[in-house]
Amino acid sequence: MAGLVTSFGSGAMTNSIKEIGDAACILAIGTNTTDTHPVIGLEIKKAVNKGGKLIVANPREIRLTQFADVWLQHKPGSDIALLMGMMKVIIDEGLEDKAFIEARCENLDALKESLKAYDLDFVEKTTGVPRAKIVEAARIYATTKPATLLYTMGITQHTHGTDNVMATANLAMLTGNIGKPSTGVNPLRGQNNVQGACDMGALPNVYTGYQGVADPNNKQKFETAWGAKLNDKPGLTVTEMMNAAHEGKIKAMYIVGENPTLSEADTNHTLEALRKLDFLVVQDIFQTETTREADVILPAVSFAEKDGTFTNTERRVQRVRKAVEAVGEAKPDWWITDEIARLMGAKGFDYKNAEEIMSEINKLTPSYAGITYARLEKGGLQWPCPNTEHPGTPILHTAQFSRGKGRFVPITYRPSAELPDAEYPLVLTTGRSLFQYHTGTMTRKVKGLNDILGEGKVDINPKDAQTLGIANGEMVKITSRRGSVTAKASVTGVTSEGVVFMNFHFAENCANILTNNALDPVAKTPEYKVCAVRIEKKSGELANVAV
Amino acid sequence: MADINLTIDGKQVQAKPGMTVLDAAKLAGVYVPTLCFHPDLAPYGACRLCIVEIEKMRGLPTACTTPVTEGMVVKTNTPQIQQFRRGVLELILTEHPHPCLTCWRRERCGPFDVCLRNVDVTHRCVLCPKNGICELQQVVDHIGIEQVEFPYVYREIAIDRENPFFERDYNLCIVCGRCVRVCQEIRGVGAIALTYRGSNALPGTAFGRALLDSDCQYCGACVDACPTGALIERNRKWEGAGERKVLTTCVYCGVGCQLNLTIKNGKIIESVPARENDVNRGQACVKGRFAIADVVHSPERLTKPLIKKNGKFEEASWDEALNLVASKLGSYKKEEVGIVASARCTNEENYVTQKFTRVVFGHNNVDHCARL
Repeated sequence: MAGLVTSFGSGAMTNSIKEIGDAACILAIGTNTTDTHPVIGLEIKKAVNKGGKLIVANPREIRLTQFADVWLQHKPGSDIALLMGMMKVIIDEGLEDKAFIEARCENLDALKESLKAYDLDFVEKTTGVPRAKIVEAARIYATTKPATLLYTMGITQHTHGTDNVMATANLAMLTGNIGKPSTGVNPLRGQNNVQGACDMGALPNVYTGYQGVADPNNKQKFETAWGAKLNDKPGLTVTEMMNAAHEGKIKAMYIVGENPTLSEADTNHTLEALRKLDFLVVQDIFQTETTREADVILPAVSFAEKDGTFTNTERRVQRVRKAVEAVGEAKPDWWITDEIARLMGAKGFDYKNAEEIMSEINKLTPSYAGITYARLEKGGLQWPCPNTEHPGTPILHTAQFSRGKGRFVPITYRPSAELPDAEYPLVLTTGRSLFQYHTGTMTRKVKGLNDILGEGKVDINPKDAQTLGIANGEMVKITSRRGSVTAKASVTGVTSEGVVFMNFHFAENCANILTNNALDPVAKTPEYKVCAVRIEKKSGELANVAV
Repeated sequence: MADINLTIDGKQVQAKPGMTVLDAAKLAGVYVPTLCFHPDLAPYGACRLCIVEIEKMRGLPTACTTPVTEGMVVKTNTPQIQQFRRGVLELILTEHPHPCLTCWRRERCGPFDVCLRNVDVTHRCVLCPKNGICELQQVVDHIGIEQVEFPYVYREIAIDRENPFFERDYNLCIVCGRCVRVCQEIRGVGAIALTYRGSNALPGTAFGRALLDSDCQYCGACVDACPTGALIERNRKWEGAGERKVLTTCVYCGVGCQLNLTIKNGKIIESVPARENDVNRGQACVKGRFAIADVVHSPERLTKPLIKKNGKFEEASWDEALNLVASKLGSYKKEEVGIVASARCTNEENYVTQKFTRVVFGHNNVDHCARL
């Protein structure tokens, strides 16, 4: 998100889901869309069926590659070299959209200067992609309009994730693919309401609608509205809070509906941190690997038992409606937090229902000002929606960027924080499966899903498997500098030589025991997508299970 | 482009260019029976039920495949059409159990009643999970069939129950091809196709393998497309139509699919993707389609506040739990407390959580798993 803010002035999907099906060209980089966002995957297939070109950049032979005109199988962590290489081809061949750049963008010279470092020999060597393919992809993307660019965590979950994002923004601006239907830079958000949680200011540096906490005007505005003294110093991210807990600087935590034990990188470190806490409250609908560490567990209702709104990946606010009565004594999360706030003597936590909270959000958040429950009855609304007459905004940056001019950012290639070496010769990359969801808190309760995919396997290329003497289905031990896990080997050509892959849904084969919590310096995203591991035949010792 | 004017059963209709005669009939409020037609799929023209008469056109064209043209005069229900439709429908019924469909006392018949016509259990509509919500029933009722003149064949195919989410009973299949087409046209998967030829043709996987060994993604689009009881979700098999539907937003990924939850006896019996929106337009994935009710109604749900005492969780009242939380959180220095909000909760809840952090603790140590 931070990357798009630098380039455009706001960080969200620039265009809408239904436009994807009309794109003449789609560049899908670092997204296994058919598994992680299946219904958006349908739009990609629709575009391909209509004759659209599809470029897939992914280290793994994901399902989308079957539909691709060009598949760039780059090495994990080499996205910047790949994208900058494509830009170099576009500039060298004069394929950039000069009129668009002239009118809408700035800082092209600095980008051109930084492109000098991306000689195609270097790019070919770094990415492992033959130069002819890079040239072909660059030409297709630059000349087939409208072109849309989709990415997911394959771009962001790196120590250079922000640079990756700015590289995608550079590429889109260079070809004029911004602000028009079926174009844009489109980060597909992972969770149902990750967009909404960000919009609502559940972030350490912003209030609702990305109003910075450091800005004295915002501080004053919210101090007046909430009748409390606020702090203008940005706070800590989840990963930083875990580190602070580890160091004893944070002594108590209140976790509302998340399972950081499985979702944070370096599970052992997270567990140690949670166990060092003096007091931990967790609010959830099920027992999780995190609630087990808690001192108090508060039972929340599920989405089907409450009213509210979710904001989807295309900035569309949609209603969640109560369908059935709450189970047992479970309560909505907002009610529980309200009660705690009131018991702690805070004012302004007397909401009667979710709609009342939304009207407070409307008043304090310019981009949500026109999004009322009454209007949502007729269907979702896409922010920015500044007043109740406004129809919502399907496409961002149509006339100008949020920050005025789109800014080209020169980018230097940096390798991932942990590269394979003699001791840990393989690269581990992680991701999702279609059949489970995130840490599995919910989906692992569904027998049918467990029947189809009930355990975490490690995908390994046949050549690597042969070298290591590993057969398909054999239990293996995977070890990184942070710990080891056991899992069944799945010997498959889906993953390339030197790269192994795991899902992170399973506590029993917990991939995040292995991952590296080295952070992107700006966005503070851990490097889930690249860490160094070694794999051995299991020597009969007990499985090292997370919890 | 200008509207196209045509007449359907004497009604003047203004249709848009590119519409079919069937679309125009719907616009005019004229019901034309269909079985192979599905609004999200390309026109197919296989079931021949939507045949109409069009002046200056030869034969009986199918309304679903004929584009509207200026000045068209369409008749949808002449005696000739009725006769042909009945013939077509009777042919469909030769391979679908139908004794109940042609029985005059069907409305009065319950699942456990003695059948006065000695209809086998496997052939009774009242014992079909789609009874009352079956498109074939609706079409038969509209066209009216008193007796099927042709010999009836029950296919005697074993019901396929090998996949976890839905059952496939091809004794009830009318070979409309909707499942096959939705899997190919909309989902781009092609796990199933029409296998074999002629009267043996039926949907199936390559080489008759199990769905689990095919490319099936279990999205359930085929189940939603099926007009009869041939494909039926296992969990809701005997639940009927349900009492009411609640439109809501899926809780899994960031696409935000709109789902209709069907409710019966205070429980969710199914979640079906909604069509009227700009997000998922009638589609979902395996999680939104089949993994909602089992989660919401899981016996493992937390139902009471729990407090850990001597290393074990004990049930507590809300008062006790909330007071403990409030007094403990208040006992630390403010900067010693960290708050984690949730990308799984609603906007309203995230708003309250961050306000709570900022107002009560006077710092900004609030975050959620946006990066994970």
